[in-house]
Parts: sequence; C-alpha cells; structure tokens
Amino acid sequence: MSNPTHLQYTKEHEWLTAAVDGVSTIGITAHAADALGDIVYVQLPAVGDTVTAGETCGELESTKSVSDLFSPATGEVTEVNQEVIDDPALVNSEPFEGGWLFKVRVEATDELLDADGYNALIGA
Amino acid sequence: MSLRLTALDALHRSLGATMTDFAGWDMPLRYGSEREEHLAVRTKAGLFDLSHMGEITVSGPQAGELLDHALVGFISALGVLRARYTMICREDGGILDDLIVYRTADDEYLVVANASNAQVVLDALTERAAGFDATVRDDRDAYALLAVQGPEAGGILAKLTDADLPGLKYYALLPATVADRQVWLARTGYTGEDGFEIFCAPADAEHLWTSLTGAGTDEGLVPCGLSCRDTLRLEAGMPLYGHELSTELTPFDAGLGRVVRFDKTTNGGEFVGRKALEEAAAAAEANPPRKLVGLVSEGRRVPRAEYSVVDAEGAVIGRITSGSPSPTLGKPIAIAYVDAAHAEPGATVAVDVRGKAEPVQVVALPFYKRAR
Repeated sequence: MSNPTHLQYTKEHEWLTAAVDGVSTIGITAHAADALGDIVYVQLPAVGDTVTAGETCGELESTKSVSDLFSPATGEVTEVNQEVIDDPALVNSEPFEGGWLFKVRVEATDELLDADGYNALIGA
Repeated sequence: MSLRLTALDALHRSLGATMTDFAGWDMPLRYGSEREEHLAVRTKAGLFDLSHMGEITVSGPQAGELLDHALVGFISALGVLRARYTMICREDGGILDDLIVYRTADDEYLVVANASNAQVVLDALTERAAGFDATVRDDRDAYALLAVQGPEAGGILAKLTDADLPGLKYYALLPATVADRQVWLARTGYTGEDGFEIFCAPADAEHLWTSLTGAGTDEGLVPCGLSCRDTLRLEAGMPLYGHELSTELTPFDAGLGRVVRFDKTTNGGEFVGRKALEEAAAAAEANPPRKLVGLVSEGRRVPRAEYSVVDAEGAVIGRITSGSPSPTLGKPIAIAYVDAAHAEPGATVAVDVRGKAEPVQVVALPFYKRAR
C-alpha cells in the first residue's frame, strides 16, 4: 500500500493530515500495521486529553506484541475513532482511512516527513 | 552470524512472507493475516514449513537402550512405526528439551528436537551414547519438514498418495510416496488438529509444497507461518520449550510427570536424572508447587509471557509463560505457573498488564479440544 502524498509522517510511523480548522487526523501507516500483524486492541487517549508530540499516548496490541503509540502532535484530543476501538482490524485493512485513530487541535508537531521522505525511511 | 535458510526460502519470499529469526533460522512468521491462517487450520487446512526442527537419527543394536538411558521415556517399548512425546533431562531433573521420538525401524529411531535445543540434544545424546552399541547422527541437513494440519489435511493428502491414511493412527508414521517422492509420513502435529508431518529430502521440499498447495486449493489450504503455529499450540494447551519448559523445571513441575517412566526395565531401570526426578515426583505429590494452568480474560488487553499473576491484594502468586489473543475463543488467553492455592479452575485472579490489574479466570487446559 503506497503512502498517500497528502499526508505527513513521523519516524515513529504515524501519519497526520493537514489541519482543517486547526484539527488534524492521526493514524499509523500501512508499513507499521503490517509490521505489527493483526491488531487486536487499541488504547487511545480520551477526548479532552492533552497529548504531546513525541510522547506515548496509547498502545496498539497485536497477536505477537504490544507497541506504544506516539503522538505526532501536541494539543487537545477532539475526537477518537470509536469504530477502531470496536474493530481494531480496521487499522490493518484501512490504515489511512477507516483505521484513523484520533484527532488533535494541533499546537505543535514533531519534525515531519513528506511521503517521499517517509518512503525513503522505510526503504519503499 | 547469518541465518540458516530452509529449502523453501525462495518460495516463502515469492509468497510475500514476513520472515523472522527463530533459533538462528530465517522462518516465515506469517504470509498474510496470522488470525486467518490460524482459523484456516481450525476449519480447513494449513501448510507449514518446519524445517528448522532438529532431526537426530539414533541407530544400532542398542539404540533403544541408549534412548531409555538418555531420555525419561520408555522408548524401547515403542512399537516400530509409532511415535512418542518425551523429554530429555539433566542429572538434576531439569528439562533440556521436549522431543518426539519416531521408531523408524527395529534398530533405528528418529529424534526430533526443538530448533533452539537441537545442538544441546545432539551433544547430550552423543555423550550419553558412551558404552552403548549405537550411533547418534546429526540429520538436520538430511531432512526438510512440512506439516499439513487441519480437518481437511487427510483429504488433501489422499490426492497425492496411495498410503493407507485411514490406517495411520495418531502418533504413528509410515514410509510413503507422496507426489512421487519418498517421505516419512507421520500423523503428528502441534496444532490441536488432525494432521500430518512430512519428513522429506530438502531437494524434494519445493515439489511437495507446490503439490500440496495445488491439491488443497479447493479445500481452502493456506500457507501458515510460525505465528499461528504458536497460537494454535497455545489454544491446544501444548507446552513450548523456553516458555512452559526450561532447565529450571522438571517434568513434574510442568504437570507432565506422566512422561517420566520409572517403570522402564532396560539398563536396570537407571536413566539420566532418575534420582532427582523421583524426588521431584515425591515433592509434587506431597507439596505441590506452582501449577501450570490456563487463564482466560474477559477484557481485551493481552496477558503476555513474563507478566505477573497477582491476587486481590496485588501480591504476586504466579507468572505467565505464554499469552496471546485466542482467535478461536475471541478472548485473550494465557498459560501461567500459579501458586497451588490459587490454581483451582474457576478461581478469579488478576494479571498485572503493564501496571493495571486485569481480572482473569483460571481454567483447566487445554483451551480448545477438537471434536473427534
């Protein structure tokens, strides 16, 4: 699955959208989802929480492992994806669409990569 | 050190497998979704490359006596073309490995060790062979090993062989011709399903793999990696060396004392570890230590290996050895050593999942048993 050019990426394999009314949508990349394998549980920050760029804000559990979820942005969480909480397999099947994780009112971000930069990082 | 490759390495890569280092071998972890591979084995069939397993041939007039001395089982009592699950222990009773021994002829046995322990087992057997009229041969490079597992396995295999499959009992084997290749065909596995393991020449592995894949298309056979092999064996309550079994534990600690045959009559009843194992058996009888039990969680966070089992006050009462989401049960499951006082099925205990106590119920193993 190719990495969409309209998104920005982190070295920790998250993506985020350009802000709309100050709010960006955040998820993990197809590369990350493939590496984890079947995802069985996602723990996300709660609406109203403040997350910090580069810091842990949740976890993703797959058959074989549990991984920290790092926020690519600092700001208040405005929405979480209940569908992904109910059906974590969405992260595997639609990592860039239905498998989005949460939305943040962005105050700051980590250093971000464009799709080309991320492709280079993962050797795609 | 570079990883060892199986005879099917190029084929796995062409199938897009995610590979993993397993005991020094580059092995397929999964080809697609490990959950779907798991469910295919439970409902249809799966095809595995298990060529990392360590084959050792023991032969000679005293091959059976040697194995009776070196292992805890009564191996010489095994019928020709039958197989047995057994263990090799240290003098102090600690488990060096768990094994399957196949009797391939009157004076020949095929010992199959875990990949991670193959050298240890080979060294121990070689050392213990002193004084016996028997030879121990490293056959790791002589065999590739494929497994076809699942309810459709017999039907798929029947398309490729004239061997008497209905007559081949569980834990038995046959020299057979499969897809025009000479193999050892065994009705064994590590999935909790009916199935077969095929020991073949490495040069024949690819032909057999593609023949089986072709024969199994209509039945829904899929290639399966080690990830689902682990969840299949976990649901079936089967121990994995390095998790449930180790040199720190005796077979009695692991609830598998039945594999120790104090009643064997060869070598005057003596075998490596006998004295320590008799003490371990008595201790397990009088004052059971921690017991190996199953745990089922109603939550969604997974109790994983090395997590602590705790009581209502948070005191540590056990340790998880294996844990995973169970595709069949749809819940997280785990195997754990738990203090005997808390090990009764039905008891509610908790697992410390990264700082939060998640309630789990103690259940008897296995989690899954196929309908026969």
